[in-house]
Order: sequence, then C-alpha cells, then structure tokens
Amino acid sequence: MIHSIFFINNSGDIFLEKHYKRVIPKSICDYFFEEVTKNSSPENVPPIIQTPNHILISIYRAQMHFVAVCKSEVPPLFVIEFLHRLADIIKDYFDEVSETSIKDNVVIVYELLDEVLDNGFPLATESNILKELIRPPNLLRSLADTMTGRNSTVSATLPTGQLSNIPWRRSGVKYANNEAYFDIVEELDAIVDKFGGAVCAEVHGSIDCLIKLSGVPDLTLSFVNSRLIEDASLHPCVRHRRFEVERLLSFVPPDGGFRLMAYRASCHGNLPVPLDLRHTISFKQASGNSGHLELTVIPRPPSGRQLEDLVLTVPMPRAVSGASLVASAGKYSYDTASRTLVWTVGRLDSQKGAGSPTLCGTLVMQTGAPVPDCRPSILVSFSITGWTISGLKVNRLDLHGEKYKPFKGVKYVTKAGKLEFRT
Amino acid sequence: SPKMQGVAASVSESLGNIRPWLQKVTTQAKTTDSKYFTTTRKGEIFELKAELNSERKDKRKEAVKKVIASMTVGKDVSTLFPDVVNCMQADNLELKKLVYLYLMNYAKTQPDKAIMAVNTFVRDCEDPNPLIRALAVRTIGCIRVDEITAYLCDPLRKCLKDEDPYVRKTAAVCVAKLHDIDPLLVEEQGFLDALKELLADSNPMVVANAVAAITEISDSAQTDTAADMLCWSGQLINKLLTALNECTEWGQVFILDAVANYTPTENNEAQNMIERVSPRLAHANAAVVLSAVKVIMKLLEMLDPNSDFVVSTIKKLSAPLVTLLSSEPEIQYVALRNINLIVQKRPDILKQELKVFFVKYNDPIYVKLEKLDILIRLTSAANIANVLAELKEYATEVDVDFVRKAVRAIGRCAIKVESAAERCVSTLLDLIQTKVNYVVQEAIVVIKDIFRKYPNKYESVIGTLCENLDTLDEPEARASMIWIIGEYAERIDNADELLESFLEGFADEQTAVQLQLLTSVVKLFLKRPTDTQELVQQALSLATQEADNPDLRDRGYIYWRLLSTDPAAAKQVVLAEKPLISEETDLLEPNLLDELICHIGSLASVYHKPPAAFVDGRGGGQVAKATKGLPSRLAAEAGGAAAAAAGAGGGDFGAGTGAPGRPAVSVIPTQESLIGDLLDIDMSGGATAAAAMAAASASTNQQPVDLLGEGLDSLLGGPAPSATSPVPPSGASAAAGGSGADSLADIFGGLGGGVGGGLGGGGGFDPPMETWLPAQKGKGLQIEGRFLRRGPQLSMELRLRNNAMQQLNGFAVQFNKNSFGLAPAQPLAMNPLAPQQSVTTLLPLNTKGPVQKMDPLLTLQVAVKNNIDIFYFACLIPMYALFTEEGDMDKRVFLSTWKDIPPENETQFNLGSYAHDADTASTMLRSFNVFTIAKRSVESTDMLYQCVKLTNGILVLAELKIVPQTNAYTLSLKSRHVEIYPGVHEAYLAVLKG
Repeated sequence: MIHSIFFINNSGDIFLEKHYKRVIPKSICDYFFEEVTKNSSPENVPPIIQTPNHILISIYRAQMHFVAVCKSEVPPLFVIEFLHRLADIIKDYFDEVSETSIKDNVVIVYELLDEVLDNGFPLATESNILKELIRPPNLLRSLADTMTGRNSTVSATLPTGQLSNIPWRRSGVKYANNEAYFDIVEELDAIVDKFGGAVCAEVHGSIDCLIKLSGVPDLTLSFVNSRLIEDASLHPCVRHRRFEVERLLSFVPPDGGFRLMAYRASCHGNLPVPLDLRHTISFKQASGNSGHLELTVIPRPPSGRQLEDLVLTVPMPRAVSGASLVASAGKYSYDTASRTLVWTVGRLDSQKGAGSPTLCGTLVMQTGAPVPDCRPSILVSFSITGWTISGLKVNRLDLHGEKYKPFKGVKYVTKAGKLEFRT
Repeated sequence: SPKMQGVAASVSESLGNIRPWLQKVTTQAKTTDSKYFTTTRKGEIFELKAELNSERKDKRKEAVKKVIASMTVGKDVSTLFPDVVNCMQADNLELKKLVYLYLMNYAKTQPDKAIMAVNTFVRDCEDPNPLIRALAVRTIGCIRVDEITAYLCDPLRKCLKDEDPYVRKTAAVCVAKLHDIDPLLVEEQGFLDALKELLADSNPMVVANAVAAITEISDSAQTDTAADMLCWSGQLINKLLTALNECTEWGQVFILDAVANYTPTENNEAQNMIERVSPRLAHANAAVVLSAVKVIMKLLEMLDPNSDFVVSTIKKLSAPLVTLLSSEPEIQYVALRNINLIVQKRPDILKQELKVFFVKYNDPIYVKLEKLDILIRLTSAANIANVLAELKEYATEVDVDFVRKAVRAIGRCAIKVESAAERCVSTLLDLIQTKVNYVVQEAIVVIKDIFRKYPNKYESVIGTLCENLDTLDEPEARASMIWIIGEYAERIDNADELLESFLEGFADEQTAVQLQLLTSVVKLFLKRPTDTQELVQQALSLATQEADNPDLRDRGYIYWRLLSTDPAAAKQVVLAEKPLISEETDLLEPNLLDELICHIGSLASVYHKPPAAFVDGRGGGQVAKATKGLPSRLAAEAGGAAAAAAGAGGGDFGAGTGAPGRPAVSVIPTQESLIGDLLDIDMSGGATAAAAMAAASASTNQQPVDLLGEGLDSLLGGPAPSATSPVPPSGASAAAGGSGADSLADIFGGLGGGVGGGLGGGGGFDPPMETWLPAQKGKGLQIEGRFLRRGPQLSMELRLRNNAMQQLNGFAVQFNKNSFGLAPAQPLAMNPLAPQQSVTTLLPLNTKGPVQKMDPLLTLQVAVKNNIDIFYFACLIPMYALFTEEGDMDKRVFLSTWKDIPPENETQFNLGSYAHDADTASTMLRSFNVFTIAKRSVESTDMLYQCVKLTNGILVLAELKIVPQTNAYTLSLKSRHVEIYPGVHEAYLAVLKG
C-alpha cells in the first residue's frame, strides 16, 4: 500500500516525511518536481506519476502537495481518498490545514501520521477515535495542563469506539445540553452560455451535522421531498436499507461534527440560476491601448432572500496589463501577476432596491501585444441563506433510545459551486 | 541638517541592534514546534544527551520530545540511540510511543544497539493493557533488523490469538510486515495459516485486516502456498460479504478487491453477490464505490444481458459514477479514466449523462483532457449539436494542449457522426480562419482523416487549406497537408509547385514528412506523368542517395523499381484504394479491455495497460500470476466444444480455453499509427498494401534474391516479362538510367539483404526431439516433440506416429495449468493418421493460458486426445524458449534495477570453460534473446552485463565473467524470482555448448 508520505509546499520544500516500510530517499520526489516544472500551475500536476520503481500519487490542497509513494499495484482512489482524509484530520485538529499549522504542531502531526497508517494500511482515520488517542491542542487544555501539571497528548486507554459495532461513536458521551444541528448546503455548478442559457447545471448538496447528544441516540431524519435526492453518498453510520426503501436517514451518529450525507439533487431542465449577467468584454484597441469591459449583475433571488458574498472573477489573457474601472457597488481589484480581475460586490439587498450593480471602464492592453482572440469566462460565487435551490426540505428529526428532548436546528444555504458565465 | 542626518543614522543603527533581539523574544514567546525547523544549534545534541540521562522523569520526557521533533524535520539525531532506548522502559505511554517512533526510524542503522530493545518489546506484548500489546506488536514489525526478527515470532504468535480483537487486527498486519522482511520465516513459523484462520474471525475489522495482509503477501509471493492464499471458496466469500457491512471503509475496499478475484460457479450466486455488493455504491468513499463497480461489472458478464436483473443493475451504476465527478479533481481523474473503460464495455451506462462531461473552466488540465475523450465516446447523432457547440467553445480556450485536443475532437465527431460531418467541416474551416497557428495545424491533420472517411465529398475546401501552407511548422500537419496534395493532385493545379517547394527543404524534414513527401510526389507523377518527371527523379534521388534513413531509402528504391519495371503495378500499389477508416478511434483491443475491466479502480485502469506492463512480474512476486479475464456466461459455455473436450479429460484442465464467441470488433489504430497507415505502403503496413505489393512483385519476378548482383539490363528487361507488360514510360526510364548501375545494384542489395535477414533472423539452434509419449503408453500413438522459438513465436513441434493397427483421428491437445501460462494458440490441426504413418506438425503456443506454479518449475503437463483415448504426458519447457525479444534495456535502467534487487538474491554458477571470446558468446546468447547491455574489461577479465525478459515479464539480470587464460565462465544471476535460476543456468549451458 502506501510506503511513504511527503508534504511539499509550493516552493518545492519537502517539509515533512513519514515512511511506513523502508525509508525511501527524498530524491524520489525529483520525479514529482519534474512534473511540477512541466505544468503552468500546481493544480495541474497530474495526480498519478509513474517512476521506474515507484508510483507517486498526490493531491493538491491548501497550497501543498501531499505525495504518497507506492510500490506495487494499489487502488489509486484509495490513496487519494486517504490523503484527503489526512488533510481533513489536520484541519480538524488545528482548525486549518496549512504549512504553518503543520509546522507549528509538527510532533502531533507526526504522531497522527504514525496512527493513521500501519504498514501502509489505514489504521484509525476517524477523527473521533484519533482524538481519543492523541489529544488535539487547544487553549483550554494548555491552561488545564499548566494548572494540573499534567502534560500529555497521548491517551493511555484504548479508544472505546474502535471495536464496537458502531466504531464511529465513543461510548459514555455526556452533555448537559443535548443539541443536534444540521446544515444543508447546496452548491450550484453550472455553465451559462453567452446568451444567458444554461449549458449544463447540477446541484450538489451535503448535510453536515454537529451532534452533541448523550448516550447512544438513534436518530431518524426524514424529508418532505426525498424524491429530489438523485444519488446519495452516505456516512457509514446511516442504515442503507432504510434509506433505500423509505428514503429517510436512520443512524446512530458519531459524537461531534461530521458529514452525514452528500447528494446530487435532480434538477430536470430548468434550474433557477439566481442571477443574470450582462457582459461586454472587448480587447479591440478602439482608441490607443485600451479594451473595454462592462459587467452588469441582475439579481434574481428567490422571494424574501438575498444574494450575499457575491464575487465575480474574470481571468484575463496575458495581454491585459491593467484595468481602470468604476464599480457602482462593491470593490474591484486587478492582480497583474495572475491577470485576474476580481469584483467583490458583497451583499445585494433586493428590498432596498439596490438594482443592478455595474462594473464598467477600460482594460489597459500591453503595448505591441496582439489582440487576444480568446473569450474569458466569468466565474461567479455567491451564497443565499435559508433556501435550497433544489427545494429539499427536512420534515422531522426523531430521537429514539434516549429519554431527553434535544434542541434541534436545521439551516439551509445555497452557494455557487463551479458557476461560470461564458462571454 | 547634516547633524540631523547623523542622529537619524545612529537611531536606525541602534534599532538595527534591537531587531535581532526582538525577533528572538517573539520566537520564544511563540510556543510552537516550528522552531525545530531552524538549523541545528551547536552543542544541541550534547545538551539533549545530558537531558535524556537526567534524573528527573519530566525532563527526560521533554528531551525525548525534542529528539522526535528534530528527527521529524529531518535532522540526524541517530547518535542519541542508546540514550533514547534507555528511556523505553518507562511506564508512561506517551513516552513509550515516542521512543517507539524513534526506534522505527533508526533501528536499521544501529542493529546491534536495537537488540537492547527486544526484551522490552517481548514484555510489552504481554502487558495487561491491550493498547500497549498492540503498540508493541505494531512496532515490532517496523523494526526491519534481521537480528531481531527471530525473537519476535513467539510474541507475534501469541498476539494473533489474543483475546482482544484490537491486538489481533494489529497482529494480522504484522504478519504482512514480517513477510516483507523474511517470507520464508513467515511460512516456516505457520503464520500464513494463522492469518487464514483470522479470515473467519468474529470481528469484521480483524477479517478486513487479514484480507489486506493476505492480498499484500500473495502479491509478492515467492511460494505456491503464499500465492494461493487468495484462492477462496464460495463459503469464505460469503463470510467476507457479511463482514463487508460492518468494517471500516478501507476494510471494505480490501474485501471488495479480494472478492473481485472470485468467480462464482452459478448464476444465482453471481446475482446474490451483486445484490450484496450494490449498497456499497452509495458509500461516501470513492474507493469503495469504484471497487464495488468492479465487482458488479465482472459478475454482470456471467448473466443474461437481457434479463431484468441485469438491466436494472446497469441502471444503478450510472448515478454513483456521475457522483464521483463532483468530488475532488484527483478523484475525478481516476473516475474518468475508469469511466473511459466502462463506456467502451457498456456504452449504455452513461449515454444519458453527456452534460456531466462538459469541461469547466477551473478543471485542472488532466481532468479536461479526460472529459473530452469521454465526450467523444458518448457522441451520437442525437446529441452532436450539443457536443459540437461545446467543442467550439473549448477551441478558444487558453491552454494549448486542450485546444489542440478539442480541434481533434471536432474531427473525430465528423468521422463518427456522418450527418454532422458537414457542420464539423465548416466549424473546422471557421477555426482555420482564426489563423491561430496551432489551431490551423490541428485542423489540417483532422481534415485529412475526414477526407479519408468521406472520399469525394469535402474536397472543395482544399483551396482554403492550401492558403495556410506557409504556417505549417509541425511535422504531423506538414505530412497531412502533403498527403492531401498527393491524394488530390489532379484537382490542385499547382500541386507540382507545392510539392516542389516542400522538396527544397527535404533534408531538414522529419522522417514522417520525408516519407510522405516521397509518396505524394510518386502519386503526382502517376497521375500527371508528362510534366513531373523531373520532380519524381529529384525526389527519388533525394530519398535513395542523400538520406541516411533506411526506411526512406528502402521506400525510394521500391518506388524506383516499381516505376522502372511496371508502371501499371506501380499504379496498383501507390494509388490503391485505401480502406475506409472506422468510426471509433482509440478503442482498446477487446481482450485488453476485458482484462482492464477486471482491474477497475486499480493503477492498471488508470494507465489502460495490464498490470504486467508496469509492475515487474506483478508486484515483484516470484510466482507468475495469471492475467485476469472476465468470466464468461455459464449457460453459453456448457454446450461449447471446448468444454466437451475438457470434460472428457476429467483432470485439472481449466474449462473453457476458448473465449466465448463475441462479434469481432474492428479496432482502428491510434493516432500515431494512423500516420503510418496513410503512407500507403508502410513496410509493416496494412494487408491491402501488402497484397498489392505481392501482386506487383509477382508480375516482375519471382525470386528477387536470384537477381543479386545482376546488372541494369536484366533488371529492365526482367527475367520473365509478361507479354502485356507495357514499355516503361520515358520518365521512369530516364530516372533509372540517370542513376546508373551502382544505385540499382544497391536496390537489390537492399532487397536481397532484407529477405535474407528475414530468413536467417530469429534462428538459434533446435534441440533434438524427445520421446514424450512412448507407443506402448499411447495405445499405439507415439509422440515425440520439442520446443522451438522462431522470432517472437514459440511453438511446440510434434511428431506423431501411428503404431496401432487402425486409423487414428480426432486429435486434440490441451495443456494443464503451468508456471508460464503456456497454451496452444490454435487447435491442433491434424489429418487422420493411417497405421504406420507419421506426421510432424507445428503447434504455435501463446502464454495466455492459466497459470499455476509447477514443481519442477518448467514442467508442462499435456493431454492429447484421439478416437481411442486421452493420453497424458509431461515434458520440460527449455527456459530459453521463454526468453522474449523485449529483454533489451537502457544501461541506466539496468544499473538501477540491479541495485534494486536485494543482494541476497544474487547467485553464482560456474559454467565451465569455452573457447569463445566475450563477443562471440554475446552474439550466441543474443540469438536466444539474451541481451548484452554493457561490456566491461577489468584486468583483461571480460564482464558482460546481460538481461533476459521472460514471457511473463520476469526480468533476470546476469553478469557473465570470462577469465581470459582459462576461459572459465562464471555467471551471476540477479532477479526477484530466484526460482528460475536453475532454468536460466541450464539455458546458458545449452547455448554456450552450442
């Protein structure tokens, strides 16, 4: 399986490595660096690289490459999933996954690396279980440690969940306030053509939970319109059979935060993209060295809701060396290094009649460069709270097996995923 | 003001002094580990040493932590080994873990000191706390020190039977670790059996880990016992499928991959397995989903494709595959590579899901390119409008590789969907108008394909293409344009001028362009002989006299000769009707596709190559593995002739050697070979061209070899000119005459040499026939035989003699499973054998048969059937018959491979003395596909470094030492598979003895 793992940052430093069998010298990463130099940006480095004697499988996350070295035939998805899980664990422990957070906690990360794999086989990858084995750092703990003189990050007992038939849940959970929160987040992936029609559109949703319930609660979550769920990926705690037959989620949850389900919503034909975009982008040098740009956002939020966090990003061709624009709302910036125009519009309050914000002005073209013949795409991000674009709605949450009455909360959010407007 | 400046300077100076101090304070205030990333302070190691030996417990612990942190960031703290090991006996678990981490890292470098830790390990394996027992057994396996390994067997055995499942599951993995260090020890100690017992453990995690360990062990197996560990009964599979529901996601992948190796015996069983695996399709882990898809795709093959069950199962597969495409890009990539296989096998699965393969702006390039491929596979008349609109968008993207592929895709659409061809062509013309250099070139390459698919339909665009002649700087585009000019020479008024302009830079062109140019000029000449004589003469002399490339010279000579002897034949050859190109491009060959379907989710599925192609001997194991193939439908096979023949045998002959009948799929070559294809008479080329060539040469003379050395006259006259043979046109004879006799003799030199080489090559010596089946055992049938290798073809030569009183007929032959998967490539073709008659026949063999390691390794058990009975005999395959042509390798690869193979695998043989010198020996061995990679002479001793690749991909590296005076030969062999040494040794002896 996985022989070794290397952490590599964008400047090409291998800042952490862990070997699960023989030590494989760092020089194996030279093959990886070769691919890095071949590609214009780190995102484009192919995830599977073959070398004469090894196979390098990598992911790119948070400006870092996580590179796994394998020797024989392995299922690559297994390795890729594992690396992403590793990044998730690091994020869970230190609130962010970044080179700094890893370096700041290098001993704990190393202990984690030792605990997640044994001989290259995954050992413990559930955050709940790991946190019982290796305690995450936090302010409270370091305070408590200083007071009590206790100073250990490692637990001396076997994690309780490891071998029960609900390995994801630790036993003996106790809360003074029993709470269960569900965030239903949907993302709209769509390509809109230059005439405003949707070329393709998909909705991906996920249900993320934060469960703080005592004992062994057995929950049932049902939907008003479960038929909208086209394909679901379920957390192992969900009873598959009941989902298949009754289309409801029946489960004994892990303690704490986790993703209960990811799903694809069916959207037959017409999806209401909650905004329209008018755009003219031209690089023709009508007068001197300048092109022209005009963007107008026409918000179409569902009634009673608002578009928030609206950001438009336009990757420009190399010949555009600057922009001199006027924004009727929000702020814009032009990054000359990456040739990217970013217009941060923010919140669009439809009640107050914010109307249709525009960004308009000239693009400064590099002198002497030929007029680019590509048409840039406009990437849009936004969020709308209190609404799901698919219309999926929770019906009720029932608790069995425990006597208390928990506090229940459900939140709906719709965001732009990969939403692009072609020009 | 100068005074003020002075003050300012002194202030900033003193600030300068403060800055380092400030920095120091802030770093100290930050209590993170990042400080360890700074360079080692002088005396740091010394201080740590003192702290590790401190009286105070907490101080020691802090010190160990610092040591680990330094180790983690790659500093060398190995000198502290004894001091750290001293801290191991602590009862504090955290400290213990840290010391274990340290030990795993440094034990290998300090084996003698690592021994000190053994006792503690053994004690920890009996600790009342299961966490400590598991930790100890986990660490044991990571300390890869031979001296220690032996001490650890007893504790490991106890842990495998521990009452706590957490310890058992850790111990299961430890067996795999130990097997990696010392496989024989693991077998001797009975750990393999203990591991097998864990498969039936009550705890699903233990089962999953046992499966994982067994998979890894059998992957690198060196013995039968280890290799056969994955052969499981239906009963066990049943148990595993039960454990599947309860183990972790990773365990599910292990189990599903192992289950995929099993082929059920009944339809019901297959259906039941599919039902039990299907819920995994909804798993959040993409690896689980894809492994489940693999199991289902394989089992579906056994069931009636029209049954409701199969139809509904196929429907179920589509949604999870689409969902994989909404995951992280790396997952998408692997999913897309697999979907590419799946849609080739079962095009219905995703035909409704075209839009999910539309390329998004932010997709990484590797995802974009794969999506494009699948988009084209899913294109049909129904959705072509959508696809074409997308492709047009992609053609204006920024990334050059992607744009090129998009343009190419438009061409593929035109070829695939006839009704859209016109729209595609006009789109391509639009793109050519953009004048973007690489777009124009790609467009011309694909338009050439479109011309071939739809002859006489779109030639009106040639004018537009010719306008862009000057901008073409890529060989493929130039070759395509030249092809077009030659092919349509009669429609292009200035074709001669255009080709002439290309000829000016002939020497600087790449070979593909040169070959194409030569062919096109000849085409032009054949179409317009009157005004292009000079041009063809120029091209032929450029090709034959000034070019170094043998292919080019050969082709030049052939054209020359054709033109000079029989222009009618030349026309037949050069202007022959070309076979239409088929609709689907880049389809995988069906057998390979089937094999890859069995490897869905694996690296093979990403590379689209069988595992043997990129992993030496499949995971470095010593035991060759059978290639996987899809199971065939059970019902269909029952009535098959193959089954009847095998059934009579009753032995261990694998049923169904023949593949189930399936419609032949015509596969058209990939892009690279397409160029070869359009060169009309590529030497290795298509059957049409070859046939035309044969016809042409028949009309000139029968035996070109006989002409060797004969002069110009006999050539032009021809030894047997047919009465109707027309007089050569003036142009051709001018060309031939102008070149002189020398070059013509050269022509035949070239031809004769080629033919002679063809006959002589791939020789080697033929061993004498051995009697394999004496007549008394064969009820009158006597069989003698031997193994022969002719070039790449391995055959078995059989001499059958009928000593019986009656006619023998109905011959059939079958092989038992054997170490190298040898199997007859075709049925034994034998006429009835009259009494006292004997017949010699050649049975071509392949290595696609079932594999099972035999003892002795090279044993082959054969069954021969006739109208009397079935007879069995065993023979030995000579090892050299298994040496393939692919043994050659780069020196550097040789060196690194040599270094990679552990030194304990090296074995030496004394071969005795021979009269040959090193070069002769090298040549002799070469004819048996023993490739000499390098030669070195040390103090007049010659060393030959050689490499052999067996039919199953196993590599054997050899060092052949020849001492000059005594002529003593010493052979050192190195391979991951030591069991083949005796065979290789004997092969060397056989060759050297001649």
